[in-house]
This record gives sequence, structure tokens and C-alpha cells, in this order.
Amino acid sequence: MINKTVNNVQEALEGVQNAMTLMLGGFGLSGIPENAISELVKLKVTDLTCISNNAGVDDFGLGLLLQQKQIKKMISSYVGENDEFERQMLSGELEVELTPQGTLAEKCRAAQAGFPAFYTPAGYGTEVAEGKETREFDGKMYVLEPAFKADFAFVKAWKGDAAGNLVFKGTARNFNPNMCGAATITVAEVEELVPVGALDPNNIHIPGVFIQRIFQGENYEKRIEQRTIRKRS
Amino acid sequence: MLDKNGIAKRIAQEVQNGFYVNLGIGIPTLVANYVREDIEVEFQSENGVLGMGPFPFEGEEDADLINAGKQTITALPGASFFDSSMSFSMIRGKHIHLTILGAMEVAENGDIANWKIPGKMVKGMGGAMDLVASADNIIVAMMHTNKRGESKILKKCSLPLTGVGCVTKVVTNLAVLEVRNNAFHLLERAPGVSLEDIQKATEGTLVVNGEIPEMCI
Repeated sequence: MINKTVNNVQEALEGVQNAMTLMLGGFGLSGIPENAISELVKLKVTDLTCISNNAGVDDFGLGLLLQQKQIKKMISSYVGENDEFERQMLSGELEVELTPQGTLAEKCRAAQAGFPAFYTPAGYGTEVAEGKETREFDGKMYVLEPAFKADFAFVKAWKGDAAGNLVFKGTARNFNPNMCGAATITVAEVEELVPVGALDPNNIHIPGVFIQRIFQGENYEKRIEQRTIRKRS
Repeated sequence: MLDKNGIAKRIAQEVQNGFYVNLGIGIPTLVANYVREDIEVEFQSENGVLGMGPFPFEGEEDADLINAGKQTITALPGASFFDSSMSFSMIRGKHIHLTILGAMEVAENGDIANWKIPGKMVKGMGGAMDLVASADNIIVAMMHTNKRGESKILKKCSLPLTGVGCVTKVVTNLAVLEVRNNAFHLLERAPGVSLEDIQKATEGTLVVNGEIPEMCI
């Protein structure tokens, strides 16, 4: 067993520098790497390019990095659930590259899987395809999309072990598995770091080979963005 | 004339036994409430769940279980969770039978615009571009006209496109329209709506063949 464990979030983020490109898992506020984000806030690294489906809310998730103007560019599919984001975007302080959600996921997965690029039908004939190579296959048009290149990927899992094996829960899985191994260094934080051998090898979602560092996360808030309920009848 | 729930009710009639269905945000979400109970249908939410159930009871909300609108949901027996790449493999690979989404504009060639108004805050396309580029069966749920009474059923979209030549059917507060051969073919009228009302509210080419029945909802 190759041990990927680091003692804490400080060790996990060693080497993060200004102007790096970071991938961050999560959809909305679900499955975001809360500990890594808190540490990035403390490190005060700036000029970051962040690849993440969303940009958090004003006081949580990537919104915390936006408050401190640490992000230079966001690559996302859906943003603007927070006022500071909107202000920085409209004033030109923040660069935003909007990417279709499936393309965003696949640009991560392509990096993970060693594909330099792939063809997708998403965005053909729209401004997303402007300046990009297009090609016809079986009578349908596709757009060539390159894989992402990132320095760090920060993912969050439900359970993990020292070997870096990960198990996700519910829809908190989302982009997290696709970002594992898609950057030079992948850092996984887990709600529960279990002893090696405790996870059933049949039920591991991401094998440890894709992970460089893993640590036991702390104080998860797991905030709910839209609390919707139904009445008991 | 139909309200939002009426549109959802009419669209629910398009959902067939054995269908995997992706519902967009807004009116499409309401469709789930009106699907016949004697058929088997599974709803996909592109953030990573198939077999999505209704909202949870109070106290049973789970931050790890949300839909694409970031609302708390439940998962039905037989449900599955998966990552974003696999979710869009289902969509891009045409394993999802029906996509229902909202639109700001639809054109007679099947173009759809629903993600961006120039000059206004752009929030992004989310999964809409992947959905419309991939699905064979795309139904749009929308109001026939905007707040100023101008048609949203057009010859050509004026807003930035989400996808080209993809919409198969449109259900509005006034009518059911099939989109083919560069025209809107009128299939049904909403209750109490005349052919003339529909013609007046439609800027795009409208094909009317014979007597147009009123919707049964």
C-alpha cells in the first residue's frame, strides 16, 4: 500500500502558489472541498484560475475567495449566485469563461484519462464554438474541446483510506471523481478517513492511483443552497 | 389559455412508459407532478441522479442530495448516483429519451435561445447546451409571448443561441406546435384560445392543416 495520507490541510496544500490553475469539485455547494477552500483563503494566494462548475455564494464556497479578490479567472458552467461575483465580473476585475456543463466535466475527465481533446456536439452553432475547430461525423457537427490543464485538483469525498481510495455520497459526487488525477497534484479531503482494508474494493468509486494527498477533513458545514420540502399529508 | 401548471400538465402527456426524462428548471420541473401514475418513468437530474423523487419531508433534507436547481430532493427505490461525466454520457449518448426545458425564444428552424440576454448579467448555460445538442426529442415549455406581448415563437432567434435546429415540439400557454421543415405546425389550441389568437402571437411561419382541436387536459 502506498500511503497518501498527509496530517492536515496545511500539508495538503503545500506548493500552492499565486497564478496557479486549480480544479475544485462540487455542484452548487454540494460536495465542495470546504477545508481546501478555507485554507486557500488563509494562504491569500492570488491571481488564481479556478475550474469549478459554480462559484459559490457570497459567504461560502468559492465566494470566500472572491471576497478577497484571489480569483483572476473562473471557468464554470453556471455562476452568479452571489453579488460579489457579479460586481467583479461586470467591472472587468474577474474574467469568466462559461463552458457547457457536460463539456466542463469531460474536459476534466479527458485530462484524467490522457486525451488531449475530444469532439462534442454541445455548443455547435453558438458563441461557445467561436474560434474552435469543428468537424462533421455521420452528418452531425461537433466542436473540438481541449482537455484542461491544472496544477492542483481539490476534491471532497465521503470516505477514503490512506491508499487514496475514495467513496462519494449522493449527488455530492458530481465533478469530484472527474477531477481526480486531472491535475498535477490531486488533493482529496474526506469526511471519514477509514483504516486501509475497511473499504470494499468492489465499491470504490475512485482508485487511489489518481490521488497524491488525502486528509481527514474537519468541521464540515455542508450548507444547503435551496432548502425545498414537501408537507406531510 | 394555460397557466404554468397547465403547460406542465399538457407536456406530461408526452411522457411515455419506459422513458428516462431530463427536466429543466421552471415549468419543466412541474411536469413530474402530472405524469400518469400507471406508467414507469425515471427522472434524471444532470448533477448526478437517476430516479429522482419528490422534495423531502421537513427534517429529512440532505445536503448531499440535490437536483440541478440545487434544491433538496429524494431518491426513489432503484435510483442511482453517478459523476458529472457519466451524467452527460447519458445525455450525449442519447440514453435519455426526452428533454423538457424552458426557452426565451424558439425559431421555426428549431433553434433555441435560453441562456443569455446581451447587456444583462449572464449566469451561464449550465447543462442546457449539452442537452439540446444531444437529445432527439426536445420539448420546450414557454409562454408564447413576452411581457410586452411580443412573440417568442420566431422566424429567427434574436438572442444568442443555446443550440441549433434541435427543438421538436413547443408547448405554450396558447398552443402545441411541432417544429419541422422550417415551420411551426399547429397541433392543438389551448382551451378558449382561437386560431386567430395563435396566429397573432406567432411571428414564425405557422402551418395550419385542417381543423385544429382544443387540448385535452
